[in-house]
Amino acid sequence: MSDHLRVNPILCDAYGHCAELLPELIRLDEWGYPIVDAGPIPDELAKDARRAVASCPRLALLIEQRRGTEAA
Amino acid sequence: MRAAALGEPRRVTSLVGGRLLPTDGREPTSWSTHVERYGPLPSLRGRERSLLAAVEQSGLTGRGGAGFPTAIKLATVAGGRSPVVVANGTEGEPASAKDKALIRANPHLVLDGVLAAAAVVGAREAVVAISRGSKCVATLQAALRQRPPGRPNILVAAVPERFVAGEESALVHWLNGRDAKPTFTPPRPFEKGVGGRRTLVQNVETLANLGLIARYGADWFRTAGTPAEPGTVLVTARGAVGRQRVVEIELGTTLSEVAELCGGLVEPMQAVLVGGYFGGWIRPDLDLPLTQAALRPLGASLGARTIALLPASVCGLAETARVARYMAGESAGQCGPCLFGLPAVAAALETIALGLPGAAAALNRLPQLSAQIARRGACAHPDGTLRFVESALDVFADEVDLHVVGRCSATRGEPVLPVHSSGEWR
Amino acid sequence: MSGVLGSSPAVWYLMRASGVVTLLLLSGVFALGVATTNRQQLGRLPRFVTAALHRNISLLAVVFLGIHVATALVDPYAQVSATSVVVPFVGAGKPLWIGLGAVSLDLVAALTVTSLLRRHLGQRAWKGIHWLAYLSWPVALAHGLGVGSDTNALWLRALTAGCVVLVGSAVVSRLRSVGGPAKQLEPRGDPVLVHAPGATRRTRRLAGERAAA
Repeated sequence: MSDHLRVNPILCDAYGHCAELLPELIRLDEWGYPIVDAGPIPDELAKDARRAVASCPRLALLIEQRRGTEAA
Repeated sequence: MRAAALGEPRRVTSLVGGRLLPTDGREPTSWSTHVERYGPLPSLRGRERSLLAAVEQSGLTGRGGAGFPTAIKLATVAGGRSPVVVANGTEGEPASAKDKALIRANPHLVLDGVLAAAAVVGAREAVVAISRGSKCVATLQAALRQRPPGRPNILVAAVPERFVAGEESALVHWLNGRDAKPTFTPPRPFEKGVGGRRTLVQNVETLANLGLIARYGADWFRTAGTPAEPGTVLVTARGAVGRQRVVEIELGTTLSEVAELCGGLVEPMQAVLVGGYFGGWIRPDLDLPLTQAALRPLGASLGARTIALLPASVCGLAETARVARYMAGESAGQCGPCLFGLPAVAAALETIALGLPGAAAALNRLPQLSAQIARRGACAHPDGTLRFVESALDVFADEVDLHVVGRCSATRGEPVLPVHSSGEWR
Repeated sequence: MSGVLGSSPAVWYLMRASGVVTLLLLSGVFALGVATTNRQQLGRLPRFVTAALHRNISLLAVVFLGIHVATALVDPYAQVSATSVVVPFVGAGKPLWIGLGAVSLDLVAALTVTSLLRRHLGQRAWKGIHWLAYLSWPVALAHGLGVGSDTNALWLRALTAGCVVLVGSAVVSRLRSVGGPAKQLEPRGDPVLVHAPGATRRTRRLAGERAAA
């Protein structure tokens, strides 16, 4: 089991804070919405990932536990 | 269980002697005619497990588009505290008419399926969901009045006419009093649906088949279709056929046989859209059997079970652009990539379809858009639309070459693929 | 509690000073809150900084509000009882102005608690209560203007005017941006366009060109 980032696209309102806090795993599309790396979160980025999740103004970013090969 | 009262199904099952569509498709079958034709629905009390086993053995899969094994869905919902059965007849796909045809012609068989499903999962309440403004509302209400009262309590719900309103989470959301828009999953309806209870959402045609399996068993069900894909399906045929209609066919029937049932091909066709607006265009091959196994290598699937045969005289790109614009307008508007991406895709397609100077640039823009839209919505709407568009660019590649230099090979401009929307969400 | 400590003018001054600082900080928090929702950047700082400043300065404001309320309770001249601090308009001296202070305190408490528990509350409930922020600031301002005895001091008037200007311009900015970001707007796809005869006519014209060529 590993931790993976996931965006709830319904709640997301393109504030873009997550991409600023975690550019290694999150970038923005041309409309300002996050494109998230769905792979396991590397250990050295775990703290930054939690911070990004906490700072989302819409609480749209989540960390999910998944088995390595499961899709969201 | 009684033996089939319908006779041996022939190789191609047309309206005459069909399992799901009775001989005369015009008026709804009355309760007495229904019981005479199919026999009464056997009592299921105490036999829920054996019915579930029969469904599993029959290989029945969902007839709503996703094709999920019905037995698994039933087993997952069963055992909940007070589950709900929802019969999905909303048919938000404008090109599809089969659910409405089934309900109009054979409402009692659908209701039998609802009873059977409710027995298996232990539901005391059921809803039949149909599109607002369709005649099916009155048909179902009349049929319910003809039946003896009892459990489960069946309600008829008139859902807003939107493309995504029939998506199972959207339907459940609306039944819970909110907009008919998809929700973030998990949880899926089978875990937490109407009123927070486990909910079985099943297409009306699937339920009708369930009503037949409850009477005649799994072996009978498997006498039609192929071993891997048993049973019959209802398909809506449109376009270059003599008579646009809904027909019942065995899985494995070829395209040419379907065309024959619909008055034959009346003009040369250039491509076939299989599966509705989440489906895929394929090159015309009249010997193609209609099974998932045959369609999947071509990048298509049965989907919403519509077969649109595009006449050669019409512009496939113009049709695709019209539908893409419709699909963009049918976005629930909840997820950025869909809300902004689909109109951009539609605009690029329109530029290409109209052969405007920016067509080459628009063609390059489409893969960029696709990469940003795919798998980034809460539901399948953006992905289905992209699949439809990408298959068009593949199958109509020659036409694209013409349009990029401002030409078009079409000789007629009438629209073939239907689009309509009520614009409501509640 | 009031005794040696309470009769000292230091407590009185601390109470008033912390009140002024609270109002200043609340004005800043207000402006930062509007800036966050407007997705504004402060200079070239990333946008998450705007939001983080809003959150952190609001917590600082709560600290100063705490000092203000505590010193008011201790100071006998202020005539503030524990009840009148949270229940509006029941105090002995200056019930109206102290009552407004109580209202403001209640609102700030509600905002703070709901924001800290936001994850458990859900977006809709949190947002509903957060709208009260637009009410809590003018109430705090009225409390400050009405209860103070030296509101005529020039420096205090200048500070108050500055706060009003800051908050006023934030409100204007918020009103201007109502109606969007992004998803409040109707999607741009228009199904009616699909039937536009122009599209099919153009296609026919193109077809005609092809035939003529």
